[in-house]
Amino acid sequence: MGRVRAAVAAVPDPEVPVLSIDDLGVLRSVEEVDGRILVTITPTYSGCPAMQFIEDRIIEAVVDAGFEGEVRTVFSPAWTTDWMSDDGRRKLRDYGIAPPNPVGSADETVLTIRAVVRCPRCDSADTKPVSEFGSTACKALYQCNDCHEPFDYFKEL
Amino acid sequence: MGSPLVTYLLRLGDDNLILSQRLGELVSWMPELEEDIAVANLALDHLGQARNLFTYAGEVEGLGRDEDDLAMLRHEREYSNAVMCEQPNGDFGQTMARQLLVDAFQVPLYEALTGSSDETLAGIAAKAAKEARYHLRHSSTWVVRLGDGTAESHRRMQAGIEAMWPYIDDLFWVDGVDDEIREAGIAPDMTVVRDTFERTVARVLAEATLEPPTDPYQRTGGRTGFHTEHLGHILPEMQNLHRAHPGVSW
Repeated sequence: MGRVRAAVAAVPDPEVPVLSIDDLGVLRSVEEVDGRILVTITPTYSGCPAMQFIEDRIIEAVVDAGFEGEVRTVFSPAWTTDWMSDDGRRKLRDYGIAPPNPVGSADETVLTIRAVVRCPRCDSADTKPVSEFGSTACKALYQCNDCHEPFDYFKEL
Repeated sequence: MGSPLVTYLLRLGDDNLILSQRLGELVSWMPELEEDIAVANLALDHLGQARNLFTYAGEVEGLGRDEDDLAMLRHEREYSNAVMCEQPNGDFGQTMARQLLVDAFQVPLYEALTGSSDETLAGIAAKAAKEARYHLRHSSTWVVRLGDGTAESHRRMQAGIEAMWPYIDDLFWVDGVDDEIREAGIAPDMTVVRDTFERTVARVLAEATLEPPTDPYQRTGGRTGFHTEHLGHILPEMQNLHRAHPGVSW
């Protein structure tokens, strides 16, 4: 059981492979029910195309460990970036993606101003958003005004 | 609860499906790269919300229809999106006008639905509300920048608001289905949702130095399948591949 749980927890995010579904907070539970493994996950964004890939990899991990498995998706409680582990945040930064700010740290009016996003390369606080939308639903594009490198920001949600 | 809930879920799902299709038309056409990426992301969010709603609707209906059957195999009179969602993209100002109005409608609607007595719908809404808030930030920022911009951008942004204004009432149109759903604690009172909508829109238009249109004409009918001519053009393009190759999958 411990082996299955570890294998499932290690399933990577296909877009950001340094992160596991455990790091992301996408994996909610791994249970044994009548000899079968029931894995419960929660989606990040409504339209995230990686969820199907993740589901397939979970079944693969369960089968490799010698069990029959099933993946169940729950919407509640809604996934939030606040569930990302500290380890996950560190791995993101090392990979060159700025980890998400705490939810609620932005000035939430109709025209919102986000809290400071630090450059993952030089740690400067002098950065600017280039595009509110990025290569995936979860990312925005920033640029550092100090080292001038562009970088992805994992949006707080 | 069977049929009224299914009808309600399809209404919300169709809003997102048709709007997603309209936004998808813009990919590779937007005036700058960041906006091209933006519309693709917006379309993806709406498509995901549609998928969640259709999948749940199919389960509740219990006739074996899945998300693809519901999205691709109905005909025009069976779609129940609000007519705002099927309106043409037009120029960038008109697109942002439509997006502002739909976003300002979806944010309070989804936020209210997080308190739904239907747990699955509440869960779907909790995710959708976060995405809708991000969408509203995008559309409202553009409306302000274009409205309070050059003479040309102001003219086009005002024209976009005027063009989309007649479709507002349909967003809040309710019938016996909504009454039943509301009484069961599943959906909110749409007059309360409309209050928030009107305050948001008024604030954005004022900041954008735009005039709220005064023409009282409103075109409703979407919720019962009476669409504008545009849906008849959207559906063949959306459904053609699925209908031409039944049962095929990626």
